[in-house]
Order: sequence, then structure tokens, then C-alpha cells
Amino acid sequence: MRMRTVGYFFRESFRSLWKNGWMSIASISTVAISLLILGISLLLVMNSNNLVTTMESELEVLVAMRTDIDAKQIQAVGDKLRSHSKVNEVTFVSKNEAMATMKKQLGDRSDMFKALGDANPFPDMYRVKAKDPNDVSSLAEEFNKYPGVEKVRYGQGFVEKLLSLTEWIRMVGLSIMFLIGAASVFLISTTIRLTVFARRKEINIMKFVGATNWFIRWPFLLEGTFLGLFGSLIAVGLLYGIYAPVTTYVESSLPFVPLRSDASFLMTIFEIVMGTGILIGAMGSVISLRKFLKV
Amino acid sequence: MSNNLLMGVVIFMIQMFNVSKTYSNEVKALVDVNVRIQKGSFVFLVGPSGAGKSTFIKLIFREEAPTRGQILFDGKSLVRMREREVPYLRRQIGVVFQDFRLLPNKTIYDNIAFAMEIVEAPTKRIRQRVPQVLEMVGLGKKGNLMPHQLSGGEQQRVSIARAIVNEPMLIIADEPTGNLDPETATEIMNLLLEINRRGTTIIMATHAKDIVDSLRRRVIALENGRIVRDEERGSYEQGSSASLPGSLAQGGYIQPGGTVLPGNNSQSLYSLQERGALR
Ligand SMILES: Nc1ncnc2c1ncn2[C@@H]1O[C@H](COP(=O)(O)OP(=O)(O)OP(=O)(O)O)[C@@H](O)[C@H]1O
Ligand SMILES: [Mg+2]
Repeated sequence: MRMRTVGYFFRESFRSLWKNGWMSIASISTVAISLLILGISLLLVMNSNNLVTTMESELEVLVAMRTDIDAKQIQAVGDKLRSHSKVNEVTFVSKNEAMATMKKQLGDRSDMFKALGDANPFPDMYRVKAKDPNDVSSLAEEFNKYPGVEKVRYGQGFVEKLLSLTEWIRMVGLSIMFLIGAASVFLISTTIRLTVFARRKEINIMKFVGATNWFIRWPFLLEGTFLGLFGSLIAVGLLYGIYAPVTTYVESSLPFVPLRSDASFLMTIFEIVMGTGILIGAMGSVISLRKFLKV
Repeated sequence: MSNNLLMGVVIFMIQMFNVSKTYSNEVKALVDVNVRIQKGSFVFLVGPSGAGKSTFIKLIFREEAPTRGQILFDGKSLVRMREREVPYLRRQIGVVFQDFRLLPNKTIYDNIAFAMEIVEAPTKRIRQRVPQVLEMVGLGKKGNLMPHQLSGGEQQRVSIARAIVNEPMLIIADEPTGNLDPETATEIMNLLLEINRRGTTIIMATHAKDIVDSLRRRVIALENGRIVRDEERGSYEQGSSASLPGSLAQGGYIQPGGTVLPGNNSQSLYSLQERGALR
């Protein structure tokens, strides 16, 4: 393809964008709004995924041993836990260690332990991490039946709730993305159809002087792509404008909520938003051109 | 097809073999048409409204495909031609319409240059060729005007300039003088004749009796989608050619294919319909 022809395609598409004026602005704004919602749900889903992963990785089953058994029996339970196929990691916390940790955590107030004398209220414990967080509750039930085990604890109920919440956010996010994507494609295809309709005489003339279908298609394809691109640029701008202060706020006042704000994460989101915008634009024009060029 | 080739060169611009065209609404626009048009010839296509003239033209530049039969353009089958080859067929054909079909928002110069840009002609060639064809159609000084600033005859000259700018082998014109007064029509005809003299084949559908009768070129008459008459040096209506020197047998005529058709019995009917159509 000649450079001049490429120049012609760009000129034509910009001329048409300009000429369509309000219609262009309307579809750019709709694309921008749609992509903004897309971006927000992306941020929500990815952050909640992140939150869930963080929490899931911290989920563990605490297996407290009875105090009336000897070291050998405790050792046996440890071996059994380690050899379990669904278990990832097992850490032994002796009662002395538990005591020391607690004293350290209490700091100045560790005096209260003096009242206990030499007695240690903590049991020996195993901290067990499952390979798959979904197995946590069933594992806990199983461990509870091991001989020598006094009590098993884990975030009962919490794990299930967290997992179903993640699933829900994913589902809702996906449906929103799908619906909005379809709406934007429809809008752009309508805009392009208007352009095509306004220029049907010109297209007809192009066809009978021997223009190839691609020669006719390119300016419209570019026009749709530019509508998508401009819309996505606005969306990215707005998204950054909203998200940046939110992360700053959350970091200072809710530090335990792990919001992602690193550059590579933001770049990924922006790339997805812009890619979707361009794709939506191109798809919109392809849809409106398909029928029209069949002569 | 022994007479198809003359020393390895196709001598026929268009050949149609048993061509029929039925539109989706069951209208039989063309029925069993057989015709050969030599390169370099000037052919009039006549017949009452709805006879199938425009359909005939549309089949040639592949705006429509025949329902049955074979069409050859310069020896190449248009029936077997693939969709993506169609643009390249059209680049060898210049089309002129009754309603000019110029782009209203482009200057005269740009309207013509547009046809060259579309086939990706080099800029240098466009700058050289457009003034040349404008000169040829007698609009050398009007390149910067917009179509609406031109008279109908001038607009038709622009559309002819656009049709010839890519140097096609064939020009097809569907009622090119239909919207013009007789004097302007004569000017347009002179232009087409000049283009034909330079070697371009021309097929022209028309209702202009005086033009057909004064030029005495080949006339193919269609009626209800059938070729009812095909005469070298023919006239608009059947019969009037009989009194002319060099015309074919009295009261009948011979198709180039050799079939002798009786003429008298259908003459009156044809004339009646024709007058009705022209009213
Ligand atoms: N696209 C189409 N769909 C259906 N029928 C059509 C179509 N185009 C033409 N026809 C029909 O085919 C027949 C031949 O039409 P055509 O346009 O070829 O006639 P014509 O000889 O050019 O007439 P005119 O002198 O009025 O231009 C007519 O009956 C017309 O109604
Ligand atoms: Mg017609």
C-alpha cells in the first residue's frame, strides 16, 4: 500500500469524524463512559482478587495438642500432618515459643504472666497451611479426629464467605463488562452506519470506478477505531483521576486493605481499557460495513 | 470459438451466450441473449422502458450476475470471476450515467482525480493526466469549480472525463443524454464519438431516436428482455433502416450470428409500444 493511500485513509477518516461532529462526540462519550465502568469493575475485581489471595495465603489451620501426651506422640501427629497430600506447609510451635511470642507482643504488660508462676497456659501447636484454601474446612474436620489432638481452629465460616464473595464479584464484573462492551459496539456501529449512509453515493461511485472493498473499508474502519481510541483515552484519564486519590486515601487511613497501585498494575488496566476501546471501535465499523459492501 | 481470436488477440470486447437474468422478484429482465460486440465498435442499445437495457449494462460491469449463460469480457468469463477480481474488471470499464453521479463536495478536478486515487495511480501521473482529460472534454479552465456551478452538459463532460481518465477499454453509457437538451446532447455524442475514434469500445443505452438515426451505428434492440433486432448501421425503429444505402435485407434483418428474422409482423407492435414508452 502506498504512503499516499494511507494518508488518504487517515484524512478521510478524520474528515468524517469532524463532519459527524455531535454524533462523533456522542459516541466518544458513550465509549468513554462504558470503558470507565469497565475500568472500575476491572479495578474492583483485580483488587478483590488481590485481597482474597492475600487472605487466602494467610489462612491456616491451628492444631492444638493435648497437654497429657508425650513428645513422641506429638511428633507422630506432626509426621502425619506433613505427609498429608493436601497439606502444603506445617510449622510446629511449642508451648514455650507461644509463650515467648505472647510476652513479646504484650511488651510492658507481660507482667501479668508472673501471676501464673511457672505454669504455661499454651498448648503445643501445629500451624498447617493447605495447598488449596478451599480444603481448609474439610482438613480441619479431618485433623480433629487425629489421636492426641485437643482442638482445631481456623477462620470457620469466614473462608467460605470470602470465597463466595470473590466468585460473586468476578461474575458480576464479567457480566457488566460483557453488557457494556456490547452496548458500545452497537453505538459505534450505529455511528459508522450513519457515516456510511451519508456517503453511500460516494461509496457507489468508488465501487464503479473500481475501488477494492478494502480501499472503501479502511477510512470507516479507521473512523470507528479512532472513536474507540479517543473514548478509551478519556476513560483512562478519568480512571486515573479517580483511582489515584482513592489509593492515597486508603493507604493512609485503611492500611490493612491492600490496594494495588504499582505502575505495572495500572499499565495493565489501561492497556486492557484502551485495547478494548480500539477493538470495540473496529468491531463496530466492521459490523456496519459487512452488509453494505456486498455488491 | 474459432473466430474469437485473431492472431492470438481477442477481437470481441463482449460476448454473451444464452444469457438470462431473472431478478429476485421473478422479473425476467433478460431472456436468452446471444451477442458479440467487437472491440472498437460503437453500439446503441435501444428498446422500450423496462426492456432490459440497464440490466444488460449492469451485467457487463458485474453490478449484477446473470442467472444463466456465459459472459466474456475481453475473452475472460465474468461468471467465473471471483468477487475480489471485480474491482480490476471495473478499472477497464468507464461508466457514464444519465444523472452524472459526481461528488457534490469535491471540485471538478478532484472528482476526476478521485477515480485515479482509487486505483492508486502515482501522484505525478494524476497531475499530468487530469488536466489532459479536462482539456479533452473542453473544460480545461473549470477544474476548480464545484459540480453545482456547471451546466448539465458540462457535468456530463466531467463524468465522461472521469470515465476515460484511467484509459478503459470499454465505455458503457446508460442514457448519457437523457437529461440534456438536443444541442448539448449532440456535443456529448461528438465527445463519445471522438473517444470511440481513438479506439475505445462504446456501448450506449438510449431513448434518443434522432441520435441513433443520425449516426447509423450498430443497433441492438431489446424488448421484454429479448434481442429483437441487431443491425449494423441500424436505426432506432425497425424498418427505417430499409431505405438506407448499405442496410440489410428489406423487411427483415440478419443478426451477426447469421439468423434471419422476419421483420414486418412485429414492426407495428414495436412502434406502438415505443411511442407509448416515450410519451
Ligand atoms: N434490481 C432490480 N430488482 C428487480 N427488478 C428489477 C431490478 N432492476 C430492474 N428490474 C426490472 O427488470 C426489468 C428491466 O429493467 P431495466 O432497468 O433493465 O430496463 P431498461 O431497459 O433499462 O428501462 P429504462 O429504459 O426505463 O431505463 C424491468 O421490468 C425492471 O422493473
Ligand atoms: Mg435503464
